Amino acid sequence: MSSVVLVLITGLGVGALYFLVASGLSLIYGLMNVLNFAHGAFIALGALIGWEVAEHTDAASWWSFLLSLVVGAVVGAAFAAFTELVLIRPLYQRHIEQVLVTVGLSFAAIALFDGIWGQDLHSVKGPAWLDEVTVVAGAHIANIFWVLIVAAVLVLGGLSLFLRKTRYGKIIRAGVENRAMVTALGIDVRRAFTLVFSIGGAAAGLGGVLAMHYMTGVTPEIGSSLLIFAFIVIIIGGTESLVGTAVASVIVAVLQQFANTYLWGTGDFIAIVLLPIVLLLRPSGLFGKRA
Amino acid sequence: MIAMKLSFDVLRKSGPFIIGAVLVIVMALLPMLNIVIPGVLPGPTYQPGSLALLSLCMVYAAMALSYNLLLGTSGLLSFGHALYFGAGAYGLGILLSRTGLPFWVSTGVGLVGGLALALLSGAVALRTVGIAFAMVTLAFAQTGSLFVSRSSSLTGGEDGITVNTMNVPAAFVGILNTKNLYWLALVVLVLVYLVALWVDKSRLGHVAAATRENELRLRVLGLRPFTTKLIVFAIAGLMAAAAGMVYLLLQSGVGPKAVNYDLTVTILVMVVLGGVGYRWGAIVGGFVYTLLDQRLTALAQSDAVDSLPAFLRVPLSQPHFLLGIVFILIVMFSGGGIAGTVDSRIRRRDWRRAAEAALPRAGGDESVARPRLRP
Repeated sequence: MSSVVLVLITGLGVGALYFLVASGLSLIYGLMNVLNFAHGAFIALGALIGWEVAEHTDAASWWSFLLSLVVGAVVGAAFAAFTELVLIRPLYQRHIEQVLVTVGLSFAAIALFDGIWGQDLHSVKGPAWLDEVTVVAGAHIANIFWVLIVAAVLVLGGLSLFLRKTRYGKIIRAGVENRAMVTALGIDVRRAFTLVFSIGGAAAGLGGVLAMHYMTGVTPEIGSSLLIFAFIVIIIGGTESLVGTAVASVIVAVLQQFANTYLWGTGDFIAIVLLPIVLLLRPSGLFGKRA
Repeated sequence: MIAMKLSFDVLRKSGPFIIGAVLVIVMALLPMLNIVIPGVLPGPTYQPGSLALLSLCMVYAAMALSYNLLLGTSGLLSFGHALYFGAGAYGLGILLSRTGLPFWVSTGVGLVGGLALALLSGAVALRTVGIAFAMVTLAFAQTGSLFVSRSSSLTGGEDGITVNTMNVPAAFVGILNTKNLYWLALVVLVLVYLVALWVDKSRLGHVAAATRENELRLRVLGLRPFTTKLIVFAIAGLMAAAAGMVYLLLQSGVGPKAVNYDLTVTILVMVVLGGVGYRWGAIVGGFVYTLLDQRLTALAQSDAVDSLPAFLRVPLSQPHFLLGIVFILIVMFSGGGIAGTVDSRIRRRDWRRAAEAALPRAGGDESVARPRLRP
C-alpha cells in the first residue's frame, strides 16, 4: 500500500514538473502552430541562472530559493520574448521554417551554455526542508515533490484565471480557437504571440529551477531530457486546453513511475511509446476535438 | 556558330556529370597524392589523419544525401533519422562481435535489418503528417536511444562497443589501412549518390515530389502517396544504415551519440546548409559542416582565441554555437543554402545571356520546380 502511495505521489510530482514545462509549449503550439524546440534552451537558461542566484546568495535559505524561482522565470520569459520577436515573427506563417529556427536556436544556445557553464554537473543544495521526507500513509515522500505540485497548481490556477478573466487571456483563447476570425475582428494577434511566448518562457524557467532542485544539480542538457516528455504530454493532452495538458502530464508521469517500479524500470519506454499510439488512434490528442 | 552553340549546350547538359566524374577521380587519387591544404586538413592528403577526416566527411555526406531524400524530395521533416544510422553501426558491431558470420554476410544482414526497421517504423510514422510525423519519428529514435543506453550488456551502454577485428578483413584494420577505409567510404558515397539520383529521376521520385507539393491531388489522380513515401523512407533508412556501417569501421567502434537526437539535428543542419533539395548541396553541406566542426574545434584551442576576452572567446570556442547561428541565418534569409544560392546565380546569369543574345526564349524550362522549405 505504502509503495503504491509513494509511486502515486512521486508520479504526481514529476507530472507537475512536466506540466510546468509543457504548459508554455502547449499554449504556443495551440496559438501559433509552432512546435518550439527551443523550449529546452529556455528551461536550461532558467535553471542555470537560478543556479547562479543560489550560488551567490545563501542557497539554504527560503528567500534565496524564492528569488532563484523568480529570477529563473523572468530570465526564461525574456529569452522567450526575444526568440519570438527576433526569430519567429519574421517567419510569420511559415511553420516548417519556424520549427527549424527553434531547432537551430536550441542547438546554438545549448552549445553557448556549454561554453559558459561547462558540461559538468553543478550541484545545488536548497533549503534543508526540501531533502527531508513527509510520511503519508506509510510512504516517505521527499518534500521537493510537494513543492513541485504546489508550483504546478499555482501556475495552472494563475494561467486559467488569466486566460478566463483578462482581455489578453480571452484574445489568446480566441486565437487558439480561430486565429483568422480574431484577426478579422481587427485585433493584433501578434502581440498575443509575444505574450504567449513570454508566459511559456516564464513557466519553462520556473520549471527549470525546480527541476534543478529536484535533480539536485544542473547541466546545460537539463532541458533536452525534459523536452521530450513535454512533447509527449502536449501531443497526448491535445492543445485546446491547459487542463488537458495538466491531466496528460499526470497520466504520463504516473504511468512512468508505476512502470519504473513494477515493470522493471521500463517507464521511459512506455511514456515514449504512448506518443505514437495516441497519435495514431486519436490524432488530436486524448482531450482534443476530433479533427 | 551553330557548332559552338551546340558544344556549349552539350557542355551544359553533361557539365555536371563531367565535374562529378572528375571530382570522384580526384578524391580516389588523394591517398596517393601529397597535397597540403592549410586550414582545411590537418596534414598532407596521404596521411591517415587527413584521410580519416575526409572519410568522416563522406560518411556524413552520404547521411545528408539520404536525409535529403526525405526533406528535399518528399518534404518529410523527420527527427528520427539517426535511428537507422545507429542501427547500421550497432547492428554491424554486434554481429561482428556476437556471431561468427563472415564480414560481408554481416554487412548484408545489417543492411537488411536497417531496411526492415525503416519499413516497420516508416509504415507507422507515415500514417501521420507534418509536425505529428516529426514527433513520431522523434519518439522512435528516442526509443532506440533509450534501448542503447539501457541494454548495456549488448550495446556497451554509455561506453559503446568496439569493433571485433577478428571478423573484419585485414585491409580495413589499423591506421596504416586508413586509405582502404577512405576508398570504402568513397564507394559508399558514390553508390548512395547514384541511388539518390535514381530515386529523384524515377517515377517514384516524381510521385514523391508531387506528394510534397499536393498530396490530395495525387490521391484524386488514383496514385498512392503512402506507398511512395514509404519506399523513399525505407531507401533513405537503408542508405543511413550503410553510412552507419562505414562510420563503425572508420571509428573502430560506436557510441550512443550515433543514435542520438543531436545527430539527426546535425544532419538537418548539414542539409539546410548545403541547400534542401539539391543532391550536390547535401554533399557540400556534409563536407563543409564536418570540416568546419573539426577546424573550429582546433581553432578554439589555439592561442589566438585563448587570448581574447571572455565574451568573444566563449562563443568562438563553441563550433556548434557558430554553426547553429549560420543555420538560423540561412533559414531566415536564404532558404536555398549553398547550392540554392549558387544555382540561382547560374540561372540568373544564363537568363541574362539569353536576354543579351536577344533570343526570345520561352521561360518555361528555366523554372524547374525546386522544393521549398515551406509546405
